[in-house]
Amino acid sequence: MISPVPPAAGTDTTGPAGTPVRARADYRTTVFYGLAAAVAVLLFALRTPGGADTRFQVVTGSGLFTVPVIAVPAEPVAWLLSLALVGAAAWAGVLTHQRRRVPLWLHIAVGVAFVLCFLVWVGAGRAALIPVTSLLAGALALSVPLIFGALSGVVCERSGVINIAIEGQLLFGAFAAAVVASRLATPFLGLVAAPVAGAAVGAVLAWFAVRYQVNQIIVGVVLNTLIIGLTGFFFSTVLSEDAALWNARQPLGTLPIPLLSQIPIIGPVLFSQTILVYLMYVLVVVLHVMLFRSRWGLRTRAVGEHPKAADTVGIQVNRRRVANVILGGAIAGLGGAFFTVGSGLAFGREMSAGQGFIALASMILGRWSPFGAVVAALMFGFSRNLGNVLSTIGAPVPSEMLLMLPYLITIFAVAGLVGRIRPPAANGQPYVK
Amino acid sequence: MKLELRGITKTFGSLVANDRIDLVVEPGEIHALLGENGAGKSTLMNVLYGLYEPDGGQILLDEQPVTFDGPGDAVAAGIGMVHQHFMLVPVFTVAESVALGHEPTSTGPAGLLDLQSARRRVREISERFGFDVDPDAVVENLPVGVQQRVEIIKALARDARVLILDEPTAVLTPQETDELIAIMNELKQAGTTIVFITHKLREVRAVADRITVIRRGQVVGEASPESTEAELASLMVGRQVSLAVDKRPADPREAVFVVEDLSVLSPAGTAVVDRVSFTVRGGEVLCVAGVQGNGQTELAEAVLGLVPAAHGRILLDGSELSRLAVRDRLRAGIGFVPEDRSTDGVVSSFTVAENLVLDLYDAAPFARGPAMSPARVHDNAQERTAEFDVRLTDVQDPISTLSGGNAQKVVLARELSRPLRLLLASQPTRGLDVGSIEFVHRRIIEERDKGTAVVIVSTELDEVLALADRVAVMYRGTVVGIVDAADADRDVLGLMMAGVPLEEARQEASRHHSSLGEADLTAGSEGGLT
Repeated sequence: MISPVPPAAGTDTTGPAGTPVRARADYRTTVFYGLAAAVAVLLFALRTPGGADTRFQVVTGSGLFTVPVIAVPAEPVAWLLSLALVGAAAWAGVLTHQRRRVPLWLHIAVGVAFVLCFLVWVGAGRAALIPVTSLLAGALALSVPLIFGALSGVVCERSGVINIAIEGQLLFGAFAAAVVASRLATPFLGLVAAPVAGAAVGAVLAWFAVRYQVNQIIVGVVLNTLIIGLTGFFFSTVLSEDAALWNARQPLGTLPIPLLSQIPIIGPVLFSQTILVYLMYVLVVVLHVMLFRSRWGLRTRAVGEHPKAADTVGIQVNRRRVANVILGGAIAGLGGAFFTVGSGLAFGREMSAGQGFIALASMILGRWSPFGAVVAALMFGFSRNLGNVLSTIGAPVPSEMLLMLPYLITIFAVAGLVGRIRPPAANGQPYVK
Repeated sequence: MKLELRGITKTFGSLVANDRIDLVVEPGEIHALLGENGAGKSTLMNVLYGLYEPDGGQILLDEQPVTFDGPGDAVAAGIGMVHQHFMLVPVFTVAESVALGHEPTSTGPAGLLDLQSARRRVREISERFGFDVDPDAVVENLPVGVQQRVEIIKALARDARVLILDEPTAVLTPQETDELIAIMNELKQAGTTIVFITHKLREVRAVADRITVIRRGQVVGEASPESTEAELASLMVGRQVSLAVDKRPADPREAVFVVEDLSVLSPAGTAVVDRVSFTVRGGEVLCVAGVQGNGQTELAEAVLGLVPAAHGRILLDGSELSRLAVRDRLRAGIGFVPEDRSTDGVVSSFTVAENLVLDLYDAAPFARGPAMSPARVHDNAQERTAEFDVRLTDVQDPISTLSGGNAQKVVLARELSRPLRLLLASQPTRGLDVGSIEFVHRRIIEERDKGTAVVIVSTELDEVLALADRVAVMYRGTVVGIVDAADADRDVLGLMMAGVPLEEARQEASRHHSSLGEADLTAGSEGGLT
């Protein structure tokens, strides 16, 4: 009684019939690209008036380089970009059929082409210029707290603790920065106070989540509510009574970097910023390198993936987690300073306005990597600013629609559209010996 | 390094896991720690490794008393441990895994990793012992046997002079076990002291220099590897045991259960069950053998309908099951004993009586309309627990108060309380004491003799050889071959478990026997070690 004999060891898993059993190809990316291409063709390219121009305005830092207003012929360019999207969708289909991965750069290219196509259509034949520089600069500004928040999330969750309290840490950082800067009349001390405040929130989270193994999400949500109440209380009492002393505006000055800030388009966007934004650039690079190339990073990742394994080689799991959650809190707190001293504003009630949760989404979309989180946060910041800019130039689309777009993208992305998203294996699980 | 444990005691609540255990391991010997599941072997080793703090007793290394605050101290003292469940981060490379905890770093405050030297260290050890491990491979992509070598490299990279191996063969094919034994002997030559924890008698006899037997947290004796298996077994269990299952030859009838071309895909889209076909007749036992993780779990789940089949057919008495819900499949006459009894077999906070009607609660006589009859449930529980010899104080106690063996008897009692056409049991005796194993095996054979088709999924070759009328060997999702139990020997099955087709496996096995197979052949004669 011997059944048909399948192949010897080492060969591919093929059944008796000889054809390998393969997974059904996953065409979600192709479908999504196809939708984008269809929208581009039907809504943008077909409706772009012939013979009209779209004019993009580019501001340079100073007179070193002068880039004039760029006018492009709207109809051909819109068609070119839409057809490129159709091509991308087709190519993604071919790749998926061959069970190959759609490369990351194609996702980015499709996103950029779609946005450009949209802008060409919006600006076609209008007197208003599309202000490219301020569009990008505003996007970066809106992204800064998101990036800090997402980095905070990366530091915490890579070690296995879910940080829902990013929102509260941002808000408390903003509060502390405003109050300290105002009281001591120097914005730079605000930058010292903010991370301390964020770290304090992180310490409470760590204390409950690690020491007492309370559900991390619940502790985080409670902390957010607590910080909203606490800052709201002080805002309506002390801060309102003597705003000149406690809540005066203390803007950080911009420090244009010589030469770099003169580069057309990106120069003024990236290199004419406050010290806080430069700190952010450094932090992103340092964290990315440290996470994947340093002893701290290796141990952090081990603790977040398999805490018991880390324990058996003598790593103190809970100590590492506490340290990371406090560090994460400090990073988010520093990001909170952007709302007040970083933007030259006084503290306002609930001024973080849910950005901490978008930061969390950026972290997931960026797959728990600092660079990925930055790209995702920039996307959120850009689409939010696009809505703002378009409503000022009177675009034919309601800005609310545009504001919804990043969240739609997030849902699709988190549902696995851009490949499998894999959180740290022990994320959210307390470690008990 | 000489290792000595004196009077080690460790309690968990009221349970005394280790009761004044004394153990002396001489330098450079392979010392086997033999005992049943739950005897306290792993607890003892976790104490030695600094994971648990002992409640009493002393650890001496080279005659010097030591205390460990954590595994870090134990490692620093030269103790390495390969845990039963590997302590490897799946997404790390081999070099990263080996480096973790004592990372070589470049100079400077940043502490940047020097993975180059970690790689070199892996290659060095790998070459010295012939491990053939690529330092840049990602752990989760490696077969279990190789992962185990990574664990050994981890210990050696930290200059372990005492190496503890906790049930190292549980996940290996017999041939891989052979390779492991060769590695152990080589390490011994190099002067490493090895403590080898197991409950498998055969392996102990093949490899150990000395044997310490532990029962219920106490050392019950020392034995030499020349002892017979029966002697070791009775020492381990505390009474005479019969290792063989008493069964008559099968009396197979008509084909009852047919699986045709069945495939199951993993969430990632790879085939974990790959075009599997077999037929089971009424009154015979088909054992599905294979190393853990070769698709047996998914096969069993697909038959019950817990995971969807990608294609293929499942026929019971000629009618198609593939489109039916789990409940309807159970109604059609499938009895299912799940692999993990504590999560899938019982609801641990429910009482024994409730657990005995988990799949019958909504039908007469236990229910009428929306109402259940607690009296009937209670009576049923009394009868079943008496029939299956379940040791308990009250059927209204939560099932979590029962020992593993008794909980498994409850599961079995529930599944066998209905008229069955097919009994599908996964790892029916995992974690059970020898007495319960005997009982479970006997009931399975009784069910067979009633004319039920029986499918047993087991990774234990001993169990497969004891129960099977025919054996289907699975490897990477495919059935490598199906053999009559009469023609199946340990070596042939072992080779097939590594993916070697039946005919080749036969030729290969006839050329040379593995050392365990050898021990098998000579088990009867005294002192018959190679």
